[in-house]
Amino acid sequence: MSQERVRTWASAARSGRPARAARLTQVLGWAALVTLGLTTWWGLWVSPPDVVQGQYVRMLYVHPAVATMCYAGFGLCALASVAWLWPRLRSPRWDRLAVAGAEVGAVFCGATLVTGSIWGRASWGVWWTWDARLTLTAILFALSLGYLALRRAIDDPHSRALVSAMVALLMALTVVVDHYATSWFVTLHQGETLLTPDPTVHGWQLATMLMSFVAFGSLFAWMVAHRYRLELLEDRYDAEGYTSALAARRAEGQAPPEPVAPGRAAPGQPAPEPATTAGAPGGPPSKVEVRVS
Amino acid sequence: MWRDALLVAGKDLRIEGSSKVALNQVGPYSVVVLLLFGFAFDQDRPLLTEAAPGLFWIAVLFSAVLAVQRSFALETSDGAVDRLRLSRLEPAGIFLGKAAAVAVQLLLLEGLLALGVVVLFHARLAGAALLGASALVATAGIAAAGVAYAALSMGLRVRETLLPLLLAPVLAPIVLASTEAWRSALGVSTGDGWRWLGLLGGFAAIYLAGGVLSFGALMEET
Repeated sequence: MSQERVRTWASAARSGRPARAARLTQVLGWAALVTLGLTTWWGLWVSPPDVVQGQYVRMLYVHPAVATMCYAGFGLCALASVAWLWPRLRSPRWDRLAVAGAEVGAVFCGATLVTGSIWGRASWGVWWTWDARLTLTAILFALSLGYLALRRAIDDPHSRALVSAMVALLMALTVVVDHYATSWFVTLHQGETLLTPDPTVHGWQLATMLMSFVAFGSLFAWMVAHRYRLELLEDRYDAEGYTSALAARRAEGQAPPEPVAPGRAAPGQPAPEPATTAGAPGGPPSKVEVRVS
Repeated sequence: MWRDALLVAGKDLRIEGSSKVALNQVGPYSVVVLLLFGFAFDQDRPLLTEAAPGLFWIAVLFSAVLAVQRSFALETSDGAVDRLRLSRLEPAGIFLGKAAAVAVQLLLLEGLLALGVVVLFHARLAGAALLGASALVATAGIAAAGVAYAALSMGLRVRETLLPLLLAPVLAPIVLASTEAWRSALGVSTGDGWRWLGLLGGFAAIYLAGGVLSFGALMEET
C-alpha cells in the first residue's frame, strides 16, 4: 500500500467520533429491546389466531420484518459501495458502512432462510421447496458469504474497498431480482401483505406486524451502528500503530545515540543499550514494523 | 479494443493448443463428473434422462472454474501479468480476449459433454436452435463472469478456494436459466424455453458489461 493511501485512511480513521457512536448504539439497543419485547407480547398473547393459518400466523410477526432487514442490509451495502466508487464522494466511511450493511444483511438473510423454512414446514408441509424466491434468497446468502470472505482476503484497504464495492453492486442486482421474483416467476411464496391497496391483515395483527418492523428495524440499526463503530476502531488502531511507529522512527533520527564504543561507558554512566528498530520499552505499542535502512 | 481482444484470445488459445491442459485434464474431468452423476443416481435411466440438462450444466460449471483458473494461472506465473499491465493493450480488450478464449474452450467441452449425456444418459437432443442459442449465450455469460472474478481474486493468497465460492452463486442464475431452456428444448418440461433464453441474455449482458467496465481497475488493484 502506498504511503499516500495509508495517510488518507489514517486521517479518516482519526476524524471519527467513537464516543458519539457508543451513545447512539446504546439508545438504539434499548429501543430494539423494548420494541422486541412489545412484539413478543402482542404476537404471542394479544394478537388472535388467523382463520386460515391458525397459530402459524404468528410467524408473520417475525419473517417479513427479518426478510426486509436482509434487503435493507444489502441495499445499504450497495448504496455505500456506489458512494465509495463515486470519485467526488470517495471516503473510507462508505466502505465501513458497506461492510456493516453486508455483514448485518448476511445475518438477517440467514435468519430469513431459517424462519422461512419453519413457516414453510407449517404452511406447505416441507422445510424447503425449489421456489424462485427461496432459491434466489439462498443464492443471495451464498453471495454475501463470498463478499465477506473476499474482504477478509485483501489486506490493502483501498484495494479491498474497490473490489468489494464492485462485488456489492452485483449482489444488489440479485436483491432486485429476488424482490420481484414473486411476480416474475410462478411461485408458491405469498405475495405482498402490507404494501397493497387492500392489506390482508387488520386490527391487532396489523399493529403487531408494524411493531415487528419497528423492532427489527431498531435491531438492524443497532447492529449496523455497532459494526460501523468496530470498523472505525479497527481503522484507528491501525492508523495509530502506524503513526506511533513513524514517531519512533523520527525520534531515532532526531536524537542519535552518543558515539560511544560498544561496551565502553563514560565514567559514572551506564553502558548504552543496543539500538532498537521501533518504539521503546514502555513506550506506545507499535503495530507496524519499521525497517532501518 | 477488438484488435487487442483478438490478440489476447489468440495468445491464450495458442498456449492451450501447445500445452493441451484443457484437452488432457479438463475434458476428462468433466466426463468423470458425468460418470459420477450416473453412480449417484444409481444408474436410474429415466431419472438420468430427465435430469440430463441440469447435470450437463453442473458439469459445465465445474469445468468452467478449472478453465478460468487455468486462464489466470498463465498470467500469474513468471510475472506475466505485470507485462500484460505494462503492455499498451486496452483492459477491456484483454478482458474480452480472455473471455473469448475461455468461451471457445468451454464450447468445445460442451460438445464433448453433449455427446456424454447422449451416450451415458440416453438423452435425445432435439430443438437444435434453442439448444445452440442457449449454449452460446450461457457460455458467454459463464466466461465473462469467470474471467472477471478470476481477475478479482488473481493476486490473493486464497484464490484457489475463494474463486469457486465467489463464482458458484454468481453463475447459479445462468445454470438455472440454461437448464430450463434445455429442458424445454429436449421436451422434458413444457415451459417456454425462449423466455429463459431472454433471461440468460440479460445475465450475460450484465456480466460482459461489468467485466468491460471494471477490468482495468481490477488489473491495477489485484
